Amino acid sequence: MPDTASPPVTIPGTIPFVDYLVLDDGEPHLLAQECTSCGARFFDRRNACAGCFGTEFRTAKLATEGELRSFTIVAFAAPGVEVPFTAGLVDLGGTSARGNIINCPPDPEHVKLGMRVRLATYSTGFDEAGTEAINFGFEPTDQQNGSAS
Amino acid sequence: MSASDDIFILGIKMTKFGKHAELDTVDLASQAIIAALADGGVGMADMGVMAFGNLIGQTTGQAVQKQVGQTGIPVYNVSNACATGATALRTVVMAIKSGEVEMGLAVGVEKLSGAGLLGAGGTTKSDSNTWSPTGRYGAVGPIDGRIGTEAMPGVFAQIGMEYGHKYGGASFELFAKISEKNHSHSTLNPLAAYTKAMSLEQIMGDVMISYPNTRPMCSANCDGAAAAVLVSGAKLRTLSLEQQRRAVKISASVLTSDPYEEACQVLPNVNTLTRNAATKAYEQAGVGPSDLNLVELHDCFATAELVHYDNLMLCEPGGAVDFFESGAPWRTGKTPVNVSGGLQSKGHPIAATGIANVWEVAHHLRGEAGDRQIEGAKVGLAHVIGLGSACGVHILEKSGLGV
Repeated sequence: MPDTASPPVTIPGTIPFVDYLVLDDGEPHLLAQECTSCGARFFDRRNACAGCFGTEFRTAKLATEGELRSFTIVAFAAPGVEVPFTAGLVDLGGTSARGNIINCPPDPEHVKLGMRVRLATYSTGFDEAGTEAINFGFEPTDQQNGSAS
Repeated sequence: MSASDDIFILGIKMTKFGKHAELDTVDLASQAIIAALADGGVGMADMGVMAFGNLIGQTTGQAVQKQVGQTGIPVYNVSNACATGATALRTVVMAIKSGEVEMGLAVGVEKLSGAGLLGAGGTTKSDSNTWSPTGRYGAVGPIDGRIGTEAMPGVFAQIGMEYGHKYGGASFELFAKISEKNHSHSTLNPLAAYTKAMSLEQIMGDVMISYPNTRPMCSANCDGAAAAVLVSGAKLRTLSLEQQRRAVKISASVLTSDPYEEACQVLPNVNTLTRNAATKAYEQAGVGPSDLNLVELHDCFATAELVHYDNLMLCEPGGAVDFFESGAPWRTGKTPVNVSGGLQSKGHPIAATGIANVWEVAHHLRGEAGDRQIEGAKVGLAHVIGLGSACGVHILEKSGLGV
């Protein structure tokens, strides 16, 4: 049908759940905004550096493996949040990040302070255009802790 | 500061904490104000300034003035999360210190009965049917629950667990024992929201909210108000000997915010700003942690109380677990902590807390605490944390006047 403009071809793709999760540059990883003068790292859109008031930033690719420095197993949460789940604070080679501990049963027998974890991704669903949102969490590297396959 | 520059609490009162179904915020604030003025032997006409806090309800000091006295004085409506009450107090301290007024009123009030989880983000519905990154993280959905937790019980659970990871010894049972202490203390406090002792088994076996905090290990949402009348030393000396005797000296009044550190924007750091506030307060007051006869600290969760033993330097760095295990923070111990029952049992009507804890300390310094009196109390400390963050520390002493 040559007289009909064909709709733009869209290839449904993926979108990261947050913009500091990088999915299209090698292995999935987190990207921090790093202050060029003091090296402080942030995950959000910045106006200036909270540490030294500098206004220039570069991106810094974070390690994908680290240590679980703290956690809680959340049993009560806002509507729409599946419980129980484990929320944690992870030290990624000197830069702290937070995330859920996934692929690991949410109980204190499986989640241990100091355990090694690595970044892992999962789908949070598709929108009407067929785009899949991908979120991250951290899973135990030692599979004896978790149940990841 | 010369002695005459000292600032004193002339009158102070808290309402009963708990469920006040028949009273609104204005009623509760009015009750506390009228009682605090009567306690100080003064009236609204004597007040030169008012600082007022009501975090959730957003009632103003002016609305309360319309019930208890519209005298035309400046009102500062303050908001600083759970440190709102301490901020009101600090505002009046600054006004008196500046020499602009001789007397002022600090008020905090909250209606919180039945409130659920605070801080949790909830589900936001997008107008569009396609993912659309929004906010400072370019997120396509709510972050709370998907990238860690923003709900208070979980945030403070992680703060306690982090301490445990750093220094060891912080088990579920240890945190529950801290809660057991505060629930036991509250049995002697008729103004507490909950006054029943709870066994360790009951506490550990109760509903889990955010491991390791079970329900009784979380601050109790309730209604309440507290108010304080502050006076300059010079003015106090013109008042009766009885007023001078019952006055309580504010030896230190400090408010801090959280300085930048690695990780502080990932998990709030409630440690450094507390330590900074405490250091400054001890210096201002010229006393040390070992001089304290009692401490009311911000045990919004059992996991928080542990870290503040360390932050307030009640123990050696890293020694909070040993400090607790030694029995020191029980009311019979070396440094009684939260003899009121604390936020876990006395309750936590947010904006009232930072004045109610000062009332508790003042009550003991005046020797008026009845069954729960810490005998011979001369110096005490009151601490609050508002997440975000703000920390208020007040050190109080007997006036030493009028005798």
